[in-house]
Amino acid sequence: MNRVEGHVKVTGLATYAAEYPIEGVVYAYPVQSLIARGRVARVDASDALAMPGVLAVLSVADPPELAEDADAELALFQRREVAYRGQLVAAAVAGTYDEARAAADAVRVEYEPADHDVSLRADHPGLYRPEVVNPNLPADTGQGDVEAGLAEAVTTVDVTYTTPVLHNNAMEPHASLALWDAEGRLLVYDSTQGATTDRDMIAKTLGLPPGRVRVVSRHVGGGFGSKGTTRPQAVLAALAARAVGRPVKVALTRQQMFDVTGYRTPTIQRLRLGADGEGRLTALEHVALSQSSTLKEFAEQTATPTRVMYAAPALRTAHRLVRLDVATPSWMRAPGDCPGMYALESAMDELACAAGIDPIELRVRNEPEVDPDTGLPFSSRNLVACLREGARRFGWDRRDPRPGVRREGEWLVGTGVAASTYPAKRRPCKAVARVLDGGFLVQVAAADIGTGARTALTRIAAETLGVAPDRVHVEIGDSDLPDAPVAGGSMGTASWGSAVVRACEELKKDGREGRADTTEEIRQDSRLTRQAFGAQFAEVRVSSVTGEVRVPRLLGVFAAGRIVDAKLARSQLIGGMTMGLGMALMEETLTDEEFGGFLRRDLAQYHVPVCADVPDVEAVWLEEHDERLNPMGAKGIGEIGIVGTAAAIGNAVHHATGHRVRELPITPPKILMARF
Amino acid sequence: MRPFDYTRAASAADAVRDYRPGTMYLGGGTNLVDLMRLGVARPDRLVDVSRLPLDAIQEVRGRLRVGAAVRNTDLAAHPLVRARYPMLARAVLAGASGQIRNMATVAGNLLQRTRCPYFQDVSRPCNKRRPGSGCPAIEGDHTNLAVLGHSGACVATHPSDMAVALAALDAEVHVTGPGGDRVVPMPGLHRLPGDAPERDTVLEPGDLITAVELPPPPPGASAYRKVRERASFAFALVSVAAVLDVGADGTVTGCRIALGGVAHAPWRAGRAERALIGGPATGAAFLAAAEAELEQAGPLPRNAYKVPLARNLIVRTLEELAP
Repeated sequence: MNRVEGHVKVTGLATYAAEYPIEGVVYAYPVQSLIARGRVARVDASDALAMPGVLAVLSVADPPELAEDADAELALFQRREVAYRGQLVAAAVAGTYDEARAAADAVRVEYEPADHDVSLRADHPGLYRPEVVNPNLPADTGQGDVEAGLAEAVTTVDVTYTTPVLHNNAMEPHASLALWDAEGRLLVYDSTQGATTDRDMIAKTLGLPPGRVRVVSRHVGGGFGSKGTTRPQAVLAALAARAVGRPVKVALTRQQMFDVTGYRTPTIQRLRLGADGEGRLTALEHVALSQSSTLKEFAEQTATPTRVMYAAPALRTAHRLVRLDVATPSWMRAPGDCPGMYALESAMDELACAAGIDPIELRVRNEPEVDPDTGLPFSSRNLVACLREGARRFGWDRRDPRPGVRREGEWLVGTGVAASTYPAKRRPCKAVARVLDGGFLVQVAAADIGTGARTALTRIAAETLGVAPDRVHVEIGDSDLPDAPVAGGSMGTASWGSAVVRACEELKKDGREGRADTTEEIRQDSRLTRQAFGAQFAEVRVSSVTGEVRVPRLLGVFAAGRIVDAKLARSQLIGGMTMGLGMALMEETLTDEEFGGFLRRDLAQYHVPVCADVPDVEAVWLEEHDERLNPMGAKGIGEIGIVGTAAAIGNAVHHATGHRVRELPITPPKILMARF
Repeated sequence: MRPFDYTRAASAADAVRDYRPGTMYLGGGTNLVDLMRLGVARPDRLVDVSRLPLDAIQEVRGRLRVGAAVRNTDLAAHPLVRARYPMLARAVLAGASGQIRNMATVAGNLLQRTRCPYFQDVSRPCNKRRPGSGCPAIEGDHTNLAVLGHSGACVATHPSDMAVALAALDAEVHVTGPGGDRVVPMPGLHRLPGDAPERDTVLEPGDLITAVELPPPPPGASAYRKVRERASFAFALVSVAAVLDVGADGTVTGCRIALGGVAHAPWRAGRAERALIGGPATGAAFLAAAEAELEQAGPLPRNAYKVPLARNLIVRTLEELAP
């Protein structure tokens, strides 16, 4: 189905957060810390305040009133301590954007710097075991004896992979526009992945009851997790608007997005695998190191996919974290699962090579009957079918397993495979459906961040009501609508759709209106492991002259329950795979060890794939009927596309060259220095 | 962005006459406007020279005169450029994106600034941006920076693809300025950093490029090849522009090699050229020539790859050009 808002988007009529025409709007521009750790000694705003158009300067010199329990990344200008380079320490408010920016430039901040430590390393003395990892999972799990399993193995692999800092880089920069009314109610036009949760978080930060805050976010130009939680620009807009008594707009620059809107933690992951003579795992251990800030603990769940993937009598996963003088990492498309599966699926390929077993066959031999971690049954699990179908489509049976033997001129050619998985859960949600003007109005505070959520919900409602989609109007993106969870964790469609189905069913009974709240329904869901699975196949060409890697072919085969809409699903999946290709070959933010903060903070330096990088990327899916997920029988597909891509490409690079690059991204320097 | 005055020059002479410290000439703006947004360039006044009648490509006595305001797209598409200087067309098309090439001018392309991450970030030191403040790239992120001709003050690279081809073609840059008109040969427009990295070129304040003139194309086959981890819209890790002419007896009679992405200027590989001319056009000779050139390289820890990369690229490109 074509996107219901497609026309307004391509004609420029869709209104994004920074674009609402509000009379009397003024602008705030942040001042960012130039040190990575230390203290703000003095803020001199006198020059800035004397500049044309300047209305106010906010800073730690006069901390604005905020809730005491505000999130540490959102508690703007409350403490003089600096936790990372780029942290907001002040802001200028002025009549125009340029005036605000010039004034921010003129705010003189004196620091008392302290030594900083911004580098994750395997021997960091500060590494510790967090209580839990995201979203609320045990940091460590274990069963069986890994050392004994490794000792009895015929083939073992002991390898370490690293992944760099990655940034979400949504196309639409984070922006907020805040207005207070005479009754002290706050309206925020925000670029967010969830109006309800954003409202709650803004209210909590400002110490307001949620009923006094409204968030409107009709259109969002991508988020990939970076808009899944409230970001400082929303709080800054609200504080500045309160201070100057005018509506205030804050639109972050691309560089500022790198600093204060989250990123994927770098990881160092050690995998130890042992297999018997038939390739059956005797031991599997995955230890993941990642970083967080000194402000708060963000413990990414990197090793958790290893808990569900393969059967092993000894299976151990562990997470260690170190708190550095860096910004707090945050959610990025398939947090944890994406870097974790890169490491696991690369290690499985290494095991297949070492054991002389086809990598698909190796995975098939280690297919578990039940969830290896919990012992629970899977609601459905079709990884093997994805591998088989992908092998058939990709022509895997013609593959010569020997690495480094196919050459076309200077180009070495290879193919690789990796598995994908992602949890398929849902969260409580409310919705309302009613008859309106001969059609139907469906309301839910869902978010369409470019996923096609509005269209998918329209289709879900129409199918439930038994009417044509053009008779259904779905209203989303406003916290005054029924409460909904964020577009995140591949739970959006499953959560909102469940509520929409139930509301529409109630409407059919009532004839006029139906209301739903799925809290109770979800509480009664049976205890099962619910995961989507997939298999990704890559063909690569590696230049023996330059080390350049090109990917002429990328195929993903997924089993994700019922696919709500084929056109939207394909876009989601190939989008994820393209982002996975970026992770494999080019995406990397450097941490500046000398000054702190990040380097390469723009899209000319942080490379994401362009069209020329993805000449042939295709995603298909299997028919999968799973009645134990939600009324649609659908698993989320926003994230699984990025899971496994980097491993498939890395495995193909090994197949092409005979060389294994274990540090992402796989760039020409790494290939060239090792191999040619 | 800081407030600035904007005027449109009526002629090149007017633009030069109007010049005063704090003035910058504006071409397509694809780099300068970015740098102004970043606070790296802080002109008081922009004199727009993009609409001067310097946008023609004309043949003059076997030479090709390319106006300074010719857009990159038009340069690459011009029939005479494609026919006689295909290497130049390829180099231009290897750069930037279609939209940027539509805006960017020939002179602006030559005068674009380095994309060194420290240069572009006003909150960090950079000798090129703030002389004397230091060069954090030497200890920090220099992955994409220079391995040839750099100094302890600066390891920046010049980012242009077009300039590499022009350096190989012995192009001449026509300049008018407060001191009158003059011709600057390529390579030679761009400086090596030495202890004055703030100066990218030999141009003096107020100088304005009016044209680039190409001598008749050298005999032989030519190529431009650019290496980058992304298939398009990325600056070169290393690039090479090469011309090779081999006589009937298999002897190299003519050779031009220029490298991009390795130095503060397009790097004309004179040592390699001299090593090849008069010798055999063989892989072994190409390798010896490349190694002779790269003996001068002084790679840093994170850009050491550029030496084998440049070597491989020279050898492979010459092999493909050899009959």
